[in-house]
Amino acid sequence: MTDTVREKDEHSGVETTGHEWDGIRELDNPLPRWWLWVFYACIAFSIGYWVLMPSWPGVSGYTRGLLGQSDRAAVGKALSDLATVRGAGAAKLKTASLAQIESDPELQAYALQVGASIFGDNCATCHGAGGGGSKGYANLRDDVWLWGGTLEDIQQTLTYGIRSGDDQARMSQMPAFGRDGLLQPAQVADMTEYVVALSGRKAAAAAVTRATPVFAEQCVSCHGPAGKGMQSVGAPDLTDSDWLFGSDRASISSQIHNGRGGVMPAWGNRFSPETIKALAVYVHANSGQ
Amino acid sequence: MSLWKHHGNLERHSLLLIIGIVIVVSIGGLVEIAPLFWIKNTIEKVEGVRPYTPLELAGRDIYIREGCYTCHSQMIRPLRDEVERYGHYSLAAESMYDHPFQWGSKRTGPDLARVGGKYSDAWHRDHLVDPRSVVPESLMPPYAFLATKDLRTRDLQARVKAMTAVGVPYTQEQIDQTLADVQAQADPFSSDGPALRKRYGAKVVSRDFDGDPERLTEMDALIAYLQMLGTMVDFSTYQADAPANQR
Repeated sequence: MTDTVREKDEHSGVETTGHEWDGIRELDNPLPRWWLWVFYACIAFSIGYWVLMPSWPGVSGYTRGLLGQSDRAAVGKALSDLATVRGAGAAKLKTASLAQIESDPELQAYALQVGASIFGDNCATCHGAGGGGSKGYANLRDDVWLWGGTLEDIQQTLTYGIRSGDDQARMSQMPAFGRDGLLQPAQVADMTEYVVALSGRKAAAAAVTRATPVFAEQCVSCHGPAGKGMQSVGAPDLTDSDWLFGSDRASISSQIHNGRGGVMPAWGNRFSPETIKALAVYVHANSGQ
Repeated sequence: MSLWKHHGNLERHSLLLIIGIVIVVSIGGLVEIAPLFWIKNTIEKVEGVRPYTPLELAGRDIYIREGCYTCHSQMIRPLRDEVERYGHYSLAAESMYDHPFQWGSKRTGPDLARVGGKYSDAWHRDHLVDPRSVVPESLMPPYAFLATKDLRTRDLQARVKAMTAVGVPYTQEQIDQTLADVQAQADPFSSDGPALRKRYGAKVVSRDFDGDPERLTEMDALIAYLQMLGTMVDFSTYQADAPANQR
């Protein structure tokens, strides 16, 4: 590149930059006005922004800005404003008892709405979108309950969970009769027939006879002499057609062998007490009670 | 106009030009990034955040290996709708031992910053093996092989030690006991459980995460990691409104 004198280009009438590359010279057109003014406006805006908003880092902190903008303060306010948005229903939910919520149609309708949205986002993941459950996850649409189906029972289960690790969680553990060698494989097979017979299905009579004393010795303390179950320890009724881990022989045998117990998380530290109340009312109503 | 003449010197010497560019470009980085290393209130003071246990760290490596971050963020923004859905907004302190952090901005699946304790171990296993068995509308790919793949532990101690190079305060004892701690966390009946909790805190739970007590699998590690996410800080004592914690 060589420097030449700035001169007027004879075709366009625009001055050149005075640079020349191998005989090629460059026009020195001015920047477009609109672009230049937008550029100046951005600089002016940024100065205003520095003054008003948190911006410059320093040695021990940062400039907070005259507006005192804080995303965390803003979300704190937005959350506390929710009480106003949600209105009287939310306030009543805090003080009303579960029975009161259910007996007040207006409040119950509100609780059902809250419950439905919380259920959809948190509970449906395991219990299914409608609460119908699946293998290993309890069906909440019927009136068969492992740990009790009153409003208070449901509230308790929701708050502390089942085998969740919470101090007040509902707790019980079916022994792994096969895995831990409490019953021999043949006894597990016999017991499977016994449980099939309990639920009113056709089973091998000889096996049932062999398993009868074993059931009386090992199982009645939780499932009861008639196999009707016991809600205080979450032991299911074995005589009905509702099966958490499957009703076929392989599933029953596997359950006797492994003694699997379902885990439900504790929601008490995730939801406010009034949200749990709404959820309890929703689950209760959803079960057709 | 004399300044513009000097500019001509810069343009004619490529080395000078490179140095000039480096200086100009690094100003942005110096102003925006460097202060984060010395400003004290970048990271909130909170109780409970600890380095990951070796099993969780192994799970985190699997999380990164499988590219979970391409669909899941771990960052609850301070916005009302996010806090209502996912829980308390994420704190900087909660990812201070993350190298690299997993914040992300792509949410094909839900945010996982507080997924810990939200579902049971069995659910995580069912879901990872076949997502649509529990969430019919899910489009997550299945990761069934994790349940049958033994967790590689032979280099885990080195991986824990490597974390200290980037500032995670593992103690020598924690590094030495890496393999014992992995076994202790994956086995609810392990006699090393109390030692594990002494090293990493009382909240660490020993469980058979993948439901297969015979084996230590990658599923164990990933579920242990997922069940820990977002559970370290005790928000019942955290002063979200304190001026020091405002941003």
